Amino acid sequence: MNRITEVFQNGKANLLNVYFTAGYPNLNDTATVLQALQDEGADLVEIGMPYSDPVADGETIQQSNQQALENGMTVAVLFEQLQNVRDRVTLPILLMGYLNPVVQFGVENFCKKCQEVGVDGLILPDMPMDVYLDDYKTIFEKYGLLNIFLITPQTSDARVRQIDGVSQGFIYMVSSASVTGAQSGVSAGMEAYFARINAMGLHNPRLIGFGIKDRDTFQTACQHAKGAIIGSQFIRVLQENAHDLQPGIGAFLRSVK
Amino acid sequence: MTETTTKPAFGVTERGYYGDFGGAYIPEMLYPNVEELRQNYLKIMAEPDFQIEFQALLRDFVGRPTPLFFAKRLSEKYGCKIYLKREDLCHTGAHKVNNTVGQILIAKRLKKQRIVAETGAGQHGVATATVCALMGMECIIYMGELDIERQAPNVARMQMLGAEVRPAKSGSKTLKDATNEAMRHWINNPVDTHYIIGSVVGPHPYPDMVARFQAVISEEIKKQLVEKEGRPNPDYVLACVGGGSNAAGAFYHFLDEPSVRLIAVEAAGRGIDSGHSAATTALGKPGILHGSRTILMQTNDGQVVEPYSISAGLDYPGIGPIHAHLFKSGRAEFYAATDQEALEASLELSRTEGIIPALETAHALAYLKNLNAKPHEIVVINLSGRGDKDLNTYMKHL
Repeated sequence: MNRITEVFQNGKANLLNVYFTAGYPNLNDTATVLQALQDEGADLVEIGMPYSDPVADGETIQQSNQQALENGMTVAVLFEQLQNVRDRVTLPILLMGYLNPVVQFGVENFCKKCQEVGVDGLILPDMPMDVYLDDYKTIFEKYGLLNIFLITPQTSDARVRQIDGVSQGFIYMVSSASVTGAQSGVSAGMEAYFARINAMGLHNPRLIGFGIKDRDTFQTACQHAKGAIIGSQFIRVLQENAHDLQPGIGAFLRSVK
Repeated sequence: MTETTTKPAFGVTERGYYGDFGGAYIPEMLYPNVEELRQNYLKIMAEPDFQIEFQALLRDFVGRPTPLFFAKRLSEKYGCKIYLKREDLCHTGAHKVNNTVGQILIAKRLKKQRIVAETGAGQHGVATATVCALMGMECIIYMGELDIERQAPNVARMQMLGAEVRPAKSGSKTLKDATNEAMRHWINNPVDTHYIIGSVVGPHPYPDMVARFQAVISEEIKKQLVEKEGRPNPDYVLACVGGGSNAAGAFYHFLDEPSVRLIAVEAAGRGIDSGHSAATTALGKPGILHGSRTILMQTNDGQVVEPYSISAGLDYPGIGPIHAHLFKSGRAEFYAATDQEALEASLELSRTEGIIPALETAHALAYLKNLNAKPHEIVVINLSGRGDKDLNTYMKHL
């Protein structure tokens, strides 16, 4: 069974999904961060493939992308770094990034490499649903990859249903109208949105992301979904603990869960 | 209703594809806005009251039709009949305002309260700030930090018109980065804000919508050539291409006229192979940038390459999907002019015809020396903008 599907079927609540940028803060930190996240109790991980023009991301993730690219990170290097990672890491792994580097690598070749190294799912926010359904779905499925779609407070009920119909694994519920890391906290407007989505009786579980940064915001998000995603705040933690990653990551995860 | 805004061209499909290029590659956060626009833009543009207001503004505010000027001395020099389509005489000094007038009327009908836009040379920023002032709408312009420096007069104009100019500090600090920031702003303000994209780039329906608003350029050329030469079609149409809005407008009504050679001139910067260039069709390959599949300058790993041109308006690593299709299909010919060639062409036009062109436009003029048109042949150059904003640069190189 796909590890993402499995983690949701285990019935565990308050799932913590952590995003980090591959090759950040240093090129060869990818496996170290991954291992630390497993050791310190993350439930899923999203590895960001850095991109020169990440339009859906705020300053923190933009800068980590820029730094990773300067460090020499590429899609090919990432696959090398993940080569033997499944010897030690059992967490569900998703790759997240923008479509162009994937297209340049070759979509089928990319998916094949994902399967080889043990990636379970993909989040490609700028891949349109129609392009996915017409061109990529059969390739993703051939290599056992789940495609994760996003919804936002502005997504209409009809489109949420459509996304639920083509989703597998979980739905990435963007908490507010913003780029990543732009704001924090959970407002009354967000609660209404969470309640609206919960009342729809969707097939897929949800994880809430954007604006989740500490125990408070994590706990609030978990009241409305299976769990939550931390991205920008975790990048800050990596930045601050660049020289001693494992203890920094441990302390942060314990402060959240 | 004129045929300009209602005639579909470039064979665009409902999903916004021109052959292999186009589409709407956007994150879900932008989907509701872009979809709202897609469902409404053609409907709004076809409404009689929209057409009346739009045509009146083009005539009385923009100053259309712009003249088609026979450049006698330039014609003698190059041994053919050269006409200049005087978009530099549009209010605000460039063709950009044709599009901003149209889009602000759409934004009003979609009940938006605030406008965001990107700008390179500042011409689109000024044109956007102008229509926002006219309509009493709040206006935020993102401009690369480097461009704020090299196009200072236009920054001052935007501020005079009441717009807030925000610097884009990432990447090369030019047009690409300003576009990223404007998109982020739209993601953060999805309900009350309309994004006026200034070129035929971005997710569908932008390339089609902007091309339709700029199509008035070629519509007028046809009518004016009948008056002056007794025939609607020239032998050549020349235009510069950054994203490609002035070229799209100048080519629009000639696309289905195979006798008309369409010539697009990109910015070669310090030379195509110098590592400091913005000649996208020469250096790029298919990929995805700013919401559409097009041709863009990128590394083997799919990272966007920072472009370079002396001209802020052409300093862009992609081209509109329309142009990617015209390039691939061979319908248009693509060439590139260097910084130096553009500077020389600008000086030449200034002293031969008494018109100081924008640095962007000067790239199209620079191709004249390679054209080899015959004496009876008619060449139309889209004089997309005036050069006041570039005087600092010109003075340095005089």
